Order: sequence, then structure tokens, then C-alpha cells
Amino acid sequence: MPDIAPVIRSDFRRLIVERREEVLKAWVKEQLKEGRAESLPANELRVQCDEFLTLIADPADSDSILDADAEAWAPARAFLADLSRTRARQGFSPSETASFVFALKRPLFAMLRAEFADDAAQLGDEIWHATELLDQLGLLTMEEYQRGREEVIHRQQQEMLELSTPVVTLWDGVLALPMIGTLDSARTQIVMETLLQRIVETGAAIAIIDITGVPTVDTMTAQHLLKTVTATRLMGAECIISGIRPQIAQTIVHLGVDLGDVTTKATLADAFRVALSRTGRMVSSATTNGD
Amino acid sequence: MAVERIPILRMGTCLLVTIQVDMYDQLAIALQNDLSKAISERQTNCVLLDISALEIVDSFIGRMMANTAAIGRILGAETVVVGMQPAVAITLVELGLSLRGIHTALDVERGMALVERAAAARS
Repeated sequence: MPDIAPVIRSDFRRLIVERREEVLKAWVKEQLKEGRAESLPANELRVQCDEFLTLIADPADSDSILDADAEAWAPARAFLADLSRTRARQGFSPSETASFVFALKRPLFAMLRAEFADDAAQLGDEIWHATELLDQLGLLTMEEYQRGREEVIHRQQQEMLELSTPVVTLWDGVLALPMIGTLDSARTQIVMETLLQRIVETGAAIAIIDITGVPTVDTMTAQHLLKTVTATRLMGAECIISGIRPQIAQTIVHLGVDLGDVTTKATLADAFRVALSRTGRMVSSATTNGD
Repeated sequence: MAVERIPILRMGTCLLVTIQVDMYDQLAIALQNDLSKAISERQTNCVLLDISALEIVDSFIGRMMANTAAIGRILGAETVVVGMQPAVAITLVELGLSLRGIHTALDVERGMALVERAAAARS
């Protein structure tokens, strides 16, 4: 909210109302010059601009004219938010998105200059008012653009979490959890919950966590792994960590991480062999008494 | 108000404790007292603590579990915690209580098997 509530004569808005067709035409032309807007159907751009001009001219309360946060501007803000998100999804760059509002300045200022050619003070005021309002609205489109992009990123993260935590049954009573990608707290939490839940469901006595697909192991990752192993043990199942690459083994030792009494193996096959022998089974060749 | 008691069942040289209600501090202390008394009264090799119905655990209950197991070991009985729920396991790990030295099993049946194996190894 502005400190003083000035009574402002909104001549630039009166101009927009009076010479609307002219403004609209110049504005659309200005945007088409920038390049990217060409990919939109000219008709669609024109409709968008037209709608926005209506919204700019609309707020009757002239006190709120300089404050784009005011209640009277809510429809204009909603319109811009929608526009920015759509453009973010369509692959517009941030500046291309923001230029929707900023492109209005040039035709508008030219018109103001013609209108107040002989009153410099009035011209200065009008330009200042118009600039302030359009800048605020322009910044708003940037914020909304950003928010739209963040939503996309967030959704992708969620999808990745769902994709990356399968628990597979290797054998009766043996579960395997092939981990892929970097382990952070959120992922480990989900991995841990899924694994423990599956242990309850299947009554599996042994779970193998395979970290072949984990690019790096730092102290944090190691701690997460140890937590999962401990939780598994608390539930009464055993946990084997497999797929430890040579570099990772070196890192673990250099970091001084104590894996304690956790069983670790180089490959999933080794871990599976251990799991079978612990459950009292063995794999034997079928060829000995073949023919 | 009288504190309710958790029943302790004797099966040969084993004690079976099944926790069917939500644990609160008084109940845990009472259980610890009863259990140590029961272990020392007659020869006891093992204690099976079935917590499969326990949904919520706090640091105090976790500590009591660890302490009960330690007391049992001093008196010559191994404690096997069976049927811990995932949420309880995660909570205990996050609290930093890894209950080292306690045996665990998925269910009572496997707990019994574990005890018999351990007994066979000892003798």
C-alpha cells in the first residue's frame, strides 16, 4: 500500500479507452517484432491483448491505479498469471513472456507524447504512472512464470520418486531393492518405508539393497543406508548391501564411515548367493546327470 | 487408579509377552518389574516380546525395551523382539535407538526358531 493516497488523474487510461483500436494495433505489432510471439496465431495474440486492455481500463477506483496489488487489479493479475503459466508451458523464455506487458509501453508513451506535447510536467507524470503500473504487472508475469516452472519441476520430482523405488522379489523370502540415482533424505525415507512395508507383506527374511546405480556415496548417503539397514534389522529381517563399486568402497573407507556389522557384497549375484545360503538353499548345476 | 498389567506367559523356559495395548510410561515400568521378577523366579532362557500390535513408540518406550533386554541378559535370558511395525522401526532409528544386542524376528514363529537355534548353539 502506498503511504499517501494521492488523487491521480489517470489520463493514460483514458487514452487507452478512447483510442483503443490504435493502441491494440500498435501493441500487437510491437510484439510481433520481437519474434517469438509469431509462433502464436496472430488472432490469439490479438484476443489476449484486447482482453488485457479491457482489464487495464476497467478498474474504476482511481485511487488504486498505481498499486497493482490492489483489489481492483485482481482480474488483471489473474489474467496475467494464467497467461504466464500457459507461456511457460509452451516454452517461452522469461523475457519473451514479460515482453507481453512491456511491449505496451512504446505505443502508449508515443501516444502520451502526442497528447501532452505542450505540457512537459503533465507528460512526465503520466509516463511515470504508466511505467510504474506496467512495471509492477510485468514483474508479476515474471513471478508467475517462475512459479509455473517450479510446478513443473516439482511434478517431475514426484514422478521420479515414484519411478525409482521398486522392491522386487528375487526368491521366496528374498527381496531386492535396486537403487538408482542420488540418495537424499526424502528419497531414502520413501525407500525405507516401501522396503519395510514389503517386508511386512511378504514376510521376507532377507532384503538386498543394491546400490550399483548410485553414482556417489558420501557420509550422508552412508548414514541413510545404515538407517535403512538398522530399521530392517529391528523388524527382524536381515539386510545385505550389494553393488558397491571399487571407487565407492574406497570413498567409504577414506570417509571413515563405519558400516559396522552390515553384510556387504560387490555384486547382486554374490549377495543373492549369501541370501540363499542363509535361508538354507543352494543352487546346483542341472547338467551332471543330464543324458 | 490401579495400573493395568500386561500378561506374561510361560512356555517351558521361555516367556512370551504380547503387547496388545498402547504403551504408556507406567505400563512399561510395571512390565519391566514383572518381567525381571518372572525371569528370576524360574529358569528362563529367553523372552519373546511381541510388539506387532504396537503402532506408536516414543523414546521412553524405546529405552525401556533396550533396558528390559539388558536386564534379561544379566539374568541369563535373551530377548527377542518380534513383529515390529515399519513405522515403529523408522521411529526408533530416527531416535537413534538401534537396540543393539537385541535379537529381532518377523513373527513369533521365527522368533521361537531363532531361540531354539541359539539354545542348540549354546549347549
